[in-house]
Amino acid sequence: MSMAYSPTAPGPDESAHARPPRGLGRWLLTTNHKDIGTLYLLFSLLMFFVGGSFALLIRAELFQPGLQLVNPHFFNQLTTLHALVMIFGAVMPAFVGLANWQIPLMIGAPDMALPRMNNWSFWILPFAFALLLSTLFLPGGGPAGGWTLYPPLALQTGEAFPFVILAIHMMGVSSIMGAINVIATILNLRAPGMTLMKMPLFVWTWLITAFLLIAVMPVLAGAVTMLLADKYFGASFFNAAGGGDPVMFQHIFWFFGHPEVYIMILPAFGIISQIIPTFARKPLFGYASMVYATASIAFLSFIVWAHHMFTVGMPLAGELFFMYSTMLIAVPTGVKVFNWVATMWRGSMTFETPMLFAIAFVILFTIGGFSGLMLAIAPADFQYHDTYFVVAHFHYVLVPGAVFSIMAGVYYWLPKWTGHRINERLGRLHFWLSVVGVNVLFFPQHFLGLAGMPRRIPDYALQFTEFNMISTLGAFLFGFSQLLFLYNVIQTIRSGEQATDQVWEGAQGLEWTLPSPTPYHTFATAPVVR
Amino acid sequence: METQKSQVLSANRRVVHRLLLAVAAMFAFGFALAPLYDVLCQITGLNGKTGGRVVVARPVAVDETRTVTVEFVASLNAAAPWEFAPKVTRMAVHPGQYYQTQFLARNLTGQALTGQAVPSVTPGPAARHFQKIECFCFNRQMFQPGETRAMPVTFMIDPELPPEVRTVTLSYTFFKLDDAGG
Repeated sequence: MSMAYSPTAPGPDESAHARPPRGLGRWLLTTNHKDIGTLYLLFSLLMFFVGGSFALLIRAELFQPGLQLVNPHFFNQLTTLHALVMIFGAVMPAFVGLANWQIPLMIGAPDMALPRMNNWSFWILPFAFALLLSTLFLPGGGPAGGWTLYPPLALQTGEAFPFVILAIHMMGVSSIMGAINVIATILNLRAPGMTLMKMPLFVWTWLITAFLLIAVMPVLAGAVTMLLADKYFGASFFNAAGGGDPVMFQHIFWFFGHPEVYIMILPAFGIISQIIPTFARKPLFGYASMVYATASIAFLSFIVWAHHMFTVGMPLAGELFFMYSTMLIAVPTGVKVFNWVATMWRGSMTFETPMLFAIAFVILFTIGGFSGLMLAIAPADFQYHDTYFVVAHFHYVLVPGAVFSIMAGVYYWLPKWTGHRINERLGRLHFWLSVVGVNVLFFPQHFLGLAGMPRRIPDYALQFTEFNMISTLGAFLFGFSQLLFLYNVIQTIRSGEQATDQVWEGAQGLEWTLPSPTPYHTFATAPVVR
Repeated sequence: METQKSQVLSANRRVVHRLLLAVAAMFAFGFALAPLYDVLCQITGLNGKTGGRVVVARPVAVDETRTVTVEFVASLNAAAPWEFAPKVTRMAVHPGQYYQTQFLARNLTGQALTGQAVPSVTPGPAARHFQKIECFCFNRQMFQPGETRAMPVTFMIDPELPPEVRTVTLSYTFFKLDDAGG
C-alpha cells in the first residue's frame, strides 16, 4: 500500500523541483499546502495587528469618561470592524493556516486534497478584507451597527452596506472552500493504517470544525442576502411594516453565530491536546472521550442559539429550553478540561513557551467558560445582557482562549517549519507580559458589567472610571507585548539554533519524523502507520 | 499506481459533490427559516403578531366575573411624520364582550401621506386570544395634508385567555409606507 502518490498531479517539471520557485509568482500561484499555510498565517498576523489597533483606539477612548479621541459614530465603526476583522480575519484564517500546514503532515498526506481550490480560498481573503476596510473611507464611513448586523440598525448603514455584505459573502466562500478541502483531505488522503481513531486530536477537531463551517456559513450568507434584499429590493424579511420581523434576524444570525463560536474554539482544543502530552511526556488522557466530547459540543451548538437573545421576549418554555441545553455544554467541555489536567497529572512536565501558553489556555478558558455558565442562567442574563460582563466573557474565551492556542501552536510547530529553534527567553517574556496584560485588560470588565456598564458605548458614567483605566492599561500592555511575538517569529524564520527532527523531547506523531525544516514536498511516499 | 490515483481523485470528487450539495441545502435552509418562523409564530403566537387576521364575530358567553386590563401603546417608526396616540391608554374589559376604542393620528406634513399600523400584543401567548373585529391596521391609511383622524379598533378578549394573564398590552407602530419598502 505504501506507494508513491501525489494528488497534485505534478507536471514532469514541477515534480522534479524539490525547492520552491522564486519570486512573487511562487506565492500567487502556489498550490503547496505549506506555502498556503504560511500565507494564511501571515495574513492572520497582519489582521491581528489591524484589529488590535482598532481595539487600542477603543480602549484609549474609554480611558476616561467623556469624548476625547473619536466621535461616537467612528467609535461604533471601530467596535464593528474590530469584531469582524478579529473573527473572520485573524482567528479563523490562523486556524485554517495551521490546518494547511499540519493536517497533511499529521496524517501522512503529500498535500491537501484540492490544491488549486486551496490557493483560491486563500487569495479571496485579502480582497474581502480590502473591500471591508475600504468602507472606512466611504462617505458615511464603515459599518457601525455591530458585527451582528441586527436590523433595522444595520439597514441604516450608508454606502458601506453593500460592500460589507459582499465582503462577508467572500469570507464565507473562502471558509466553505477551506472546509471542503479539509474534509476531503482527512477522509481520502490518510496514510495506510491511519484509522480515524488514530488521528491526532488536532485533525479530529478540525474535521468536526469543517462540518460546522459547511453547515452554518451558508446560513450566514442567506441572512446577509436577506438584509441586502430588505435594503435594496423592497423585501420585508425583517421589516415589520411589510409583515416581517426583526427578531427573526436574530434567530437566523445566532443559528449561524453559536456554531461559529465553536468554529473558533474547537481547533484550539485540538492544538492544546497536541501540546500538553508533549510537555507532560504522557499520552493524552482519554483520547476517545476527547473525540466524543468534541462531537457532542458540535452537536449541542445547533440547539442553543437563543441564549444570545434571552431578553427578546421569548416565552418561558423557550427560556428554559435554551438555558438547560446551554448548561449541558459544560459537561463535554468539563470532560476536556479534566482530561488535560489528568494528562499533566504526574507527568514529567517542563514549561517551554508552547506549554506555558497551553496551561494558561486551560485556566483562562475555564474562567471564560464559568462566566458563560453565569450568562446561561436566563434570569441572571436579564441583568448581564449587553453589559461589559458579556464583553469580558467572550474576550476570555477568544483571547486567552483561541488566540493563546494559536500562539502556542505557532511556537510549537515553528521550529519544525523553519528548522530553527525559537528564542525561548523572548518567548517566555512574551508569555508573561501577555498573560498579565490580558488579565489586567479583561478581568475588571467583569466588575464593570456587573455594576451595569453597557457595552458598545464611547462614554460612560463616572463611577466606572477606575476600572476602565485599569482595563486600558492592560490593553496597551497586552497589545504592545504582541510585537515581541512578531519579532520572535521573524527572527526564528531568518535564523536560530538548528532544531532537531523531533524538536521537543516528548513530541510524538508523524510530523516529527520529518526533517526540520520540512522539505517543500513531504510524504510523496505515504508512511505506514501501525 | 494509476488506478490508485484515479481512485483518490474520484473519491475527492464524490466528497466535494456531497459537500457542495450540503452547502446548497444549508443556504436554502437559511431562507426556509423565514416562512418556518412565520408558521411557528402563527401556530404558537410567540412573537405577539396579530396583524392582518380578521376574526369573524362569533357569539361567546361574556365572562362577567373576570376583568382584564387592556393597555394601548402607540409608537412611530423612525421619524414617521405623524402624531399618533391612543384616545384612552387603558380599559378594564370582560372576556367575551366587544369593545371599541380609537387611536388618533395627525399628518404633520403639508403632503398627502400613506401609513400602515402594525399591531403587536404582549405577552406573546395572549396574542391569539386578542381578537380584532375591525381595525385600522387592516388597511393602509391615507392622510391629506395636515389631516387629523380618529381610527377605530373593535376587539374582544377570548374567554380562553390563560387565567394567569391579567394585563394585555396592544401596541401599534405606525410606518410611513413609501419608505418602508411596501
